Amino acid sequence: MRKHRFRILALVLALGMLVLAGCDAAEAKDTIKIGGIGPLTGGAAVYGNSVANGAKIALEEVNALGGLQFELNFQDDEHDAEKSVNAYNTLKDWGMQVLVGTVTTTPGIAVAAESYKDRIFTLTPSASSPSVIEGKDNIFQMCFSDPNQGIASAQYIADNALGSKIAIIYNNADAYSTGIYEKFLSEANAKGMEIVSTTTFTDDTANDFNVQLTDAKNAGADLIFLPIYYQPASLIMTQADAMGYTPKLFGVDGMDGILTMENFNTELAEGVMLLTPFAADATDERTVAFVNKYKEEYDEIPNQFAADGYDCVYAVYEACTKAGITSDMDAKAINDKLIATFTASDFSIDGLTGENMTWAATGEVAKAPKGMVIEDGVYVGMQGGN
Amino acid sequence: MTFLSYLISGLSLGSIYAIIALGYTMVYGIAKMLNFAHGDVIMVGGYMSFVATAHLGWPPLASILLAVVVCTLLGVTIEQLAYKPLRAAPSLAVLITAIGVSYFLQNAAQLIWSSNPKSFTSVVQLPSLKLFDGQLTISSVAIVTIAACILIIIALTFIISKTKIGKAMRAVSEDKEAAQLMGINVNQTISVTFAIGSALAAIAGVLLSSAYPLLMPTSGAMPGIKAFTAAVFGGIGSIPGAFWGGLLLGLIEIFGKAYISTQLSDAIVFSMLILVLLVKPTGLMGKKIHEKV
Repeated sequence: MRKHRFRILALVLALGMLVLAGCDAAEAKDTIKIGGIGPLTGGAAVYGNSVANGAKIALEEVNALGGLQFELNFQDDEHDAEKSVNAYNTLKDWGMQVLVGTVTTTPGIAVAAESYKDRIFTLTPSASSPSVIEGKDNIFQMCFSDPNQGIASAQYIADNALGSKIAIIYNNADAYSTGIYEKFLSEANAKGMEIVSTTTFTDDTANDFNVQLTDAKNAGADLIFLPIYYQPASLIMTQADAMGYTPKLFGVDGMDGILTMENFNTELAEGVMLLTPFAADATDERTVAFVNKYKEEYDEIPNQFAADGYDCVYAVYEACTKAGITSDMDAKAINDKLIATFTASDFSIDGLTGENMTWAATGEVAKAPKGMVIEDGVYVGMQGGN
Repeated sequence: MTFLSYLISGLSLGSIYAIIALGYTMVYGIAKMLNFAHGDVIMVGGYMSFVATAHLGWPPLASILLAVVVCTLLGVTIEQLAYKPLRAAPSLAVLITAIGVSYFLQNAAQLIWSSNPKSFTSVVQLPSLKLFDGQLTISSVAIVTIAACILIIIALTFIISKTKIGKAMRAVSEDKEAAQLMGINVNQTISVTFAIGSALAAIAGVLLSSAYPLLMPTSGAMPGIKAFTAAVFGGIGSIPGAFWGGLLLGLIEIFGKAYISTQLSDAIVFSMLILVLLVKPTGLMGKKIHEKV
């Protein structure tokens, strides 16, 4: 009897869902369907949730403008390539016309291959590896590509004479970190910079950095380049402090988020330098409005991923408006028009993560990284930066 | 000097592995199951202590106490709800359930505390110890961790060899049916084992988060797997085995990183495991079990 009751309950639930799904489809007649993919659960959930939240805010704003109307369906991929492709297929069944995704690189490579084949226009907010866009004419990036960050960081350090002996700690299990490291290294060698210590870690050994820091300290490094995310970076800062070792620290966009980490002693991050496209403490009107809205809705300070998600929706909106796209066009027609628009010389976007962003035919974005330094717990523009 | 500093890092990391491994090994020894949710109980312990100190403003000791109480209750509840109904089920079903519980805890933590990482304030707020004119710095957390590990192993050995409940545990571990026939309450003994294991997980969680102050819903997963490796390394089911296995694993990890390659540290750890298991399939201190025909 008990089993029977469950079956009835399941049936009722299934029917209920069908009815609800029916409602959705009816409502969504005149909207352009944007699919989103990123990790909403699991270890990388912070990035996916940030992008999804940022995109939702942009979507509300864009729809409120009264022009083209959009609908967003954001699917979870748990930062897993296979699940990401499943999510992609779910979105295709839903009738996705434009894809904003994926959030992370490894799933991004798998999904981009599919959306290239299916001719669905794809704009990734934060999958920064060149292999996501390589050889695919309809995949575009909102974030800097990894090589750009590595090269820009090396130039920054050299041009501003920030350090004479440089150590590098990077995550050799992560395509993002390794990609930046390799370009940084070749640019640093070209500039004749002295690299005295190179050590690595993986996600599985990202707790004890004593060995890496001791190596850098013994080699006399006065600057450590950290092409890594802020979570392990926070541990490096804590452990360097406990050792009494105070080198300059230089990070990339993954370092963003360190100041907003709950309960983190921001004194440890004092003097940390980083190149980032977005700073939540910036005082321009657009950033302030976004940060306030984000705080109000999600009770958190947005990081650069949220800003990337926000900018992606705006870029799609502006491009669709410019290309004269309507919701009854199929994904393939939209794809062709959007490629032409994004690569057109007169198309540029002013967003949270950059002014005057333009795209090359390769899908790479052109925007200037901002050099920031942490002073008294806030980001301040670095001298000599832009 | 550098060697000594690595030695202390290794001992401190190893002590944490050892405390976690004790939980794995006790539960395995008595209930004959691999409790893969153990690592996530550690994470809950870390979060409890975090909430108590950062949000409620409690003193560190009270926060540890809260973590221990909550984790003990959690461990016993998990045992009652998820594992007890499967006492007669094949071990594979229990293993899968344990993995399910592990995912459940991770996702529940994400719902409660969000996926954003938290920075943990160390419960040990003493200055680092400086020796040899400041050439060697030993963090106070490392000292407390190593001391806590030694205290715990002494206390556990005492409980198991000298008390009545310890005797019951040994009996259940040896032969569940025979123990029951002798009037031992097997279910209660297993519950007590889970309680002790989870209390240890809470302490491990607080120490882990103090030494490496980054708290995420997945924080317990990797240390849990490493500690499980340590338990197998030392001989699963054996308490001294878990202790030595944990310490050795920590030392191999740090020395491997320092003197061989930071890239290969995990490969070195797991190659050692394979070597030990090839030579001694029951682990360093595991007992050989004679199958009776």
